[in-house]
Amino acid sequence: MRETLLARAESVLEEWIRARGEEPTQDRVETFRLLALHRQGARGEPSFNACRETCREIAYHYNLLGAAADGRAQGMMQLLVNHLELFVRGKMEVAGLGDFCCASRPVRQQSAAEEKTDA
Amino acid sequence: MNRKPGTERRSTLNKYQRVAYYPGCALDGTGHAYNSSTKEVGKVLGLELDEVKDWNCCGAMEVKNVDPKVQTYLSSRVMAIAAHEMQASVVMAPCNGCYHNLKKAEHDLAHDAASRETVARISKKAGHETYQAGSLETIHALDWIKDGVGEDELRRRVKNSLSGLKVANYYGCMYTRPRHIYPEKDRGEGSESTSQPHFMDDLLAAAGAENVDFPLKTACCGGAHVLSDSDTSTKLVLNILRAAEAAGANVIATECPTCHSGLEMHQVRAEKVLGEKTTVKMLYFTQLLGIALGVSPRRLGIHENVSDGMAVLKKVL
Repeated sequence: MRETLLARAESVLEEWIRARGEEPTQDRVETFRLLALHRQGARGEPSFNACRETCREIAYHYNLLGAAADGRAQGMMQLLVNHLELFVRGKMEVAGLGDFCCASRPVRQQSAAEEKTDA
Repeated sequence: MNRKPGTERRSTLNKYQRVAYYPGCALDGTGHAYNSSTKEVGKVLGLELDEVKDWNCCGAMEVKNVDPKVQTYLSSRVMAIAAHEMQASVVMAPCNGCYHNLKKAEHDLAHDAASRETVARISKKAGHETYQAGSLETIHALDWIKDGVGEDELRRRVKNSLSGLKVANYYGCMYTRPRHIYPEKDRGEGSESTSQPHFMDDLLAAAGAENVDFPLKTACCGGAHVLSDSDTSTKLVLNILRAAEAAGANVIATECPTCHSGLEMHQVRAEKVLGEKTTVKMLYFTQLLGIALGVSPRRLGIHENVSDGMAVLKKVL
């Protein structure tokens, strides 16, 4: 189960990296590809670090489950992977819509373009 | 300076005894109970708050998204009033958003000439002294109590032990990120950690609470896209609530008005929209400390919370 959950977490980050037009790395950080993928995904996108500890906790729980079968740790790892998936989904949604609730990015880009035309 | 957890840093005791207080917009509105409980706890602990005169919004996320340098100016104006008009050396902001923005402004003014130029220009136009980086120390309410009083003193003053409460401490994602704007963190034993923050854990443990191992303590609550993508925010919060319950908590302690409101409101929404019920309660850490210090629930604004905190506080009252 821990392998399946770790693979799911990696595939979530792969999706984010591909959406940014990059090829997901095969490198490992501290023996985890997940941590290398996170590092790649956060490059140039500091707010992506908001899921850094979630990734580290997934790695920690993966190790916990390797040491002993533990239903509670498995349930927690499941919740952590869910959280990563929801966070990345939200980031991708926001990246498409704009920066915040008022979808300010398209508004700002349009206004910047208009300013250039006026100049 | 390194120090053992629980030991008191004498040099900070006087410095934090009277600080400039920047409540920020949220504590004037949805976070009103955080404001009143912070003041009440300060009063009991002998820590004084001197509210920043004529303070303004820190720029929050809205202004930052439109023009980050204007956000830097807005935060710098608050610091200019505290440093120049009030002659304060420390400003305390209990809201993670305000705390983060003041720290970011401090960092940008120290390292970015363009930010300094913008802030100087607008400050001159607005007719007040320009804030200079390094004039003020910005702290969070957690630093204020942890370093201004310390766990030993807090433990001595406890009237109602929080024993019986199992607490998941939720710090949110802005209290520790980005790391470079918090140079005082990650300085070894006794300092706050950006990866595993523990100041709230330490204070509540001193008040008798049992802290549970909570792996989502710094995870995103989806606050930034609460309006553009409410469903994802609700699911993120639901996941945090479920993780707290799975960890054995009956209370989530918060230290940010935005996180707190998000957890409360999405707990209700998750039940209404998704049919997913969770029972864990949310309380500001200052409300929990206030209860431990013998302050009445009403003075701490517990009746203002959406989540029924009294249901779990009955265990300790």
